[in-house]
Amino acid sequence: MRKHTVLRSRSESFSFIVENRTIRMLLILLGLTALLFLTGLSVGSTFIHPIAVMKHLIGTNGEEHAFVIGTLRLPRMVLSMLAGMALGVAGLILQGIVRNPLASPDIVGITGGASAAAVYVITFHSEISLKWVPLAAISGACVVSLLMYALARNNGVTPIRLVLIGIGIQSLTSAAVTLMIVLSPTYSTSEAYIWLTGSVYGANWNHVMSLLPWVVIFVPLTFVLSRKLNVQELGDGVALGLGAKVQRNRFALLLISVALAGSAVAFAGAIGFVGLMAPHISRMLAGRSFGSLVPVTALIGGMIVFMADTAARTLFLPLDLPAGVFVSGIGAPFFIYLLYRNRHQ
Amino acid sequence: MKALGLWACFALLLVSFAASILWGQTRTPLATAASAFLHYDRDSAEQVIIRTTRLSRAVIACMIGASLAVAGALMQALTRNPLASTDLFGINAGALFFVVFGAVFLSFNSLAHLMWFAFLGATVAALLVFLLGSVGRDALSPIKIVLAGAALTALFSSFTSGLLVVNEQNLEGVLFWIGGSVSGRTLDMAYPVFPVVIAAGILALCLGPAVNILTSGDDIAKGLGQKVIAVKLLMGAIIVVLAGGSVAVGGLIGFIGLVVPHLVRSLVGIDYRWIIPYSAVLGASLLLMADIAARFVIRPEEMPIGIVTALIGAPFFIAIARRGFRKA
Repeated sequence: MRKHTVLRSRSESFSFIVENRTIRMLLILLGLTALLFLTGLSVGSTFIHPIAVMKHLIGTNGEEHAFVIGTLRLPRMVLSMLAGMALGVAGLILQGIVRNPLASPDIVGITGGASAAAVYVITFHSEISLKWVPLAAISGACVVSLLMYALARNNGVTPIRLVLIGIGIQSLTSAAVTLMIVLSPTYSTSEAYIWLTGSVYGANWNHVMSLLPWVVIFVPLTFVLSRKLNVQELGDGVALGLGAKVQRNRFALLLISVALAGSAVAFAGAIGFVGLMAPHISRMLAGRSFGSLVPVTALIGGMIVFMADTAARTLFLPLDLPAGVFVSGIGAPFFIYLLYRNRHQ
Repeated sequence: MKALGLWACFALLLVSFAASILWGQTRTPLATAASAFLHYDRDSAEQVIIRTTRLSRAVIACMIGASLAVAGALMQALTRNPLASTDLFGINAGALFFVVFGAVFLSFNSLAHLMWFAFLGATVAALLVFLLGSVGRDALSPIKIVLAGAALTALFSSFTSGLLVVNEQNLEGVLFWIGGSVSGRTLDMAYPVFPVVIAAGILALCLGPAVNILTSGDDIAKGLGQKVIAVKLLMGAIIVVLAGGSVAVGGLIGFIGLVVPHLVRSLVGIDYRWIIPYSAVLGASLLLMADIAARFVIRPEEMPIGIVTALIGAPFFIAIARRGFRKA
C-alpha cells in the first residue's frame, strides 16, 4: 500500500486521496515548468540572457527588456500554458467518462463545433472585429455538445453512444468548416487555416485575462469532483451500485470538459492532441486516481503546448509557425507509441 | 430476383449518368448531348462542355463512388464492424496527407505518380488503425477501432493543414482535395488511375465467395480450409488501392463507403457475392446524384461534393450509432 494523503472536509462532502508520490511528482513538474518558462523567455529572435530575464521578473532590471518580455513573450507563454492546461484536463475528463483512452475533445466534436463557429466569424464577419471569435467558439462548443448529448440520450447516455455520435457530429462540423473555407475569399482562408491549426501568435494580456477565469474555476472544480470521475470509470453498473448519480454526474462532467475545451480553443485555436496525450503521460507518472491525475495532467498539458509554441517560434526563425503543427507533429507519433506501450492495460 | 435487382440498379446508374451529363449551369437538351458523341462539332460550346467537363466529371464520379462503396463493403466484412469505412478509419485522410505532401513539397503533378503516394498513405493509415485498434484488452471492438480511426483522421488532417499553413501559396490549389471534388481532374489526368482501380474492383468481385466464408468467423473459415490470412491481406490490398485511387483523383469524399453497403445489405442480405456488385453500382449512382446536387445547392457556386456526402452520411451514421448496432 502506498502512502497517501487524505484530504476530507468534516461533513465528508468532498474528499480525495492524493498519493505522496504524486506530490513529489507535482513539485518536480512545477520546477520543470519554471525552468522551461525561463528558457522560453530568453530564447527567440533576440536572445536574452536568463539572468537578465530573472532580473526583469523581480523588477531590478528596469525597462531594458520590458517590451520583448512583458509584451511579446510573457503573455504568449502564459496563454499557451493555460490553453494546454484546459485542453489536457478536458481530455482527462472525457477519457474518464467514456472509459476509453482514445477520447478527447478534438475527436468527439467539441473542438469541431468551436472551429465551425469561429471560422464562420473569421470568414463571413471579419468586419465586426475578431474579438468575437472566442465568444463564437465557446458557444459553438456548447451547442455541439448539447446536441451530441441530446442525440445520445435514450434512457440515459451510454459512453459508446456519446462517443460515436460525437464522431458523427465531428464530421458534420468539419464539412461545414471546409464549406466555409472554400466559399471564403483567399485572405481569410489562410487566416482561418492558421486558426484551425492552432496558434497563440499575437497573444496579449487581454487574451490571458479572458482565459484565466475559465482555467482558475474549472480545473480546481474538476479536482474537487475527481472522486465522481473515479466512480465513473468503474462502469455504469458498479457506479450505480455505489450509489453514484451516474447520469447527472456524467452531464456535469461533460459540461466542465466543454467549458475547458471551448475556452482554450477560443483563444489558442483548434490545437489537437493535447487532450489525447496529456492524460496518458500523466497516467504513466501518477497512477490512475483522478485526484492525482487532474493537477498532473494540467501541468503536462500546459508544458506540451508551451514547448510546442516555443519550438514553433524559435526553430525556424524568422518563420513563426502555428504551435498546433508542432503539437501534432511531435505529439501524434508519441501518442501512437504510448498506446502501443500500454497495450496490455 | 437479385439479378433483376442488379439490372434495375444499372438502369438507375444509367439515368443518373445521363442526368449528370445533361444538367448543370447550362442545361443541355438530349439531342445536343447525343450529337456530341455521335458527330462531334468543335464549334458548338455546348458540345464542347459535354465532351470535356461533363463527361469526365460523370466518369470520375462513377469510378470514385463505386470504389469507395466496394472498399467500404470489404472493410465492414473485414472488421466485422457495421461502422467501418475507409474514411471513418482514417485511410482516406492518410492517403490525402501523402498526396498533398507529394504535390506540394515534392512537386509531383501527374496522377501516375501521386497515385502511389495515395497508396502508400492508405497503407500506412490502414496498418496504424489496425495496430491502434487491436491494442489493449477488448481488442478490435467496434467502438475502439472507430475511435482509433477518428484519432488517425484527426492526426492526418492536422498534418495536412500543417503542410498547407507552412506552404501557403499552394493552399488554393489543394483546397479542392480537402473538400472533395470530381471536377478537379480531366479524364486524361485521371487516366493512369483507372486500370489499377478497375483491376482491384474485378478482384473484389471474384473474392465474394471467400468473403462470405470469412464473415462466418476466422475459426470456421480456417476449418473450411480457407487461407484466412491470405484472404485478409488481399482484401486489405484491394481496400488500399480502391481508397487510395479515389483520394488521388477526388480528394476526401466521405460516407459513401458507410452508407452504400448498409443500403445494399437491406436489399440483398448478407451474401457478399451480391453485396459487392450492388455496392459498386449503387455507390456510383449515389455519387453521381450527389454531384448533381452539388451543382445546384448554392448556385451560382458549386458545393464541394465531399460536403454533400457528409451532409447525407453523417446523419445516417448518427442514426446507426443511436439505434445501437448488430454485427455486420
